[in-house]
Amino acid sequence: MIRIAIKLFATLRKDRFDVAEGKFPNGVTVSDVLLRYSVPEKEVTLIFINGRHGDFDTVLSDGDTLSLFPPVGGG
Amino acid sequence: MEAISDFLKERSRGDLVPWEVQKATAARFNATVRQIEEAILSLDLLPARYARNRTTIDIARQKILFNSTVAVVGCGGLGGYIIEELARLGVGTLRVIDSDVFEEHNLNRQPLCTFSSLGTAKVDAARDRVRAINPACEVVTLEARLDANNAPALLGEASAAVDALDNIPSRLNLADACIGRKIPLVHGAVGGWYGTVLTQGRAENTVRRLYGDVTRAKGIEESLGTPSFTPPVIASMEAAEVCKLLTADGSTLESRMIFIDLFEMSIVTFRV
Repeated sequence: MIRIAIKLFATLRKDRFDVAEGKFPNGVTVSDVLLRYSVPEKEVTLIFINGRHGDFDTVLSDGDTLSLFPPVGGG
Repeated sequence: MEAISDFLKERSRGDLVPWEVQKATAARFNATVRQIEEAILSLDLLPARYARNRTTIDIARQKILFNSTVAVVGCGGLGGYIIEELARLGVGTLRVIDSDVFEEHNLNRQPLCTFSSLGTAKVDAARDRVRAINPACEVVTLEARLDANNAPALLGEASAAVDALDNIPSRLNLADACIGRKIPLVHGAVGGWYGTVLTQGRAENTVRRLYGDVTRAKGIEESLGTPSFTPPVIASMEAAEVCKLLTADGSTLESRMIFIDLFEMSIVTFRV
């Protein structure tokens, strides 16, 4: 098992949390984490792992911090 | 030209040329204030209107700004502030691009929107505002909706482009066109209490990498709207990025993205 810290930003926090830490099996992806916390992929645009850009299928490692943002598009 | 130089040198105060002198020189030599601004800067003098730019922006950089063209795509909440700031900064030419007219719901945040500008083209309001604050700045109004086909022509010979659009597909079209034309792009977006800024360098495709999979046209702004205070924060950061890109100064947001949360007052920066 590995430990992952999950940080939600902006509207993703509503009815969820700001920061959480979870235990996951080895080989877990960003999509798997979203599923665990019931965050629909369509609500997430920006994915950062330890401050670097990632994707839904990026495999996470022990101690990673996953930061998730909704799309912002207005002017 | 020598006569203009002598006329200006005789009337400068130190290395500053007051606006009244700039106007009088234009009248005397049958030139525009814009032509006289060029003459002032070429003499290593500074139009006095930029006195408070110093030493943040020295005369050499002021000259670079004057000789630059910036395409501002979108003249709404972000674009209105960006146009204002770039014109006051002393950018010589602005290409302002927008197909919309002002509507009542723009009044809550868009600085070019007033009761008297309701129903008028946003690009025309932008031109009028720049004329009122810096007549030496040339405004090219392009009343068009940017798409994949017209984007290269709309950008023209811009030294830099600014994304002040209001939807994700148009932002992607602009970002792609900038890559094709090797024009650096400053991207900014707002919604609710939140905003993002990044700079896509000439050799980067950052915007498409971040937003390329987004299937919807709008982001969180669709449900949150945008209050008055969020656009000027992001717009000012975009204007600062443009200034650095043009003058090759400071550290830009190339390969980085900033996310600003004005509700929690937090700023986070990521590598992209």
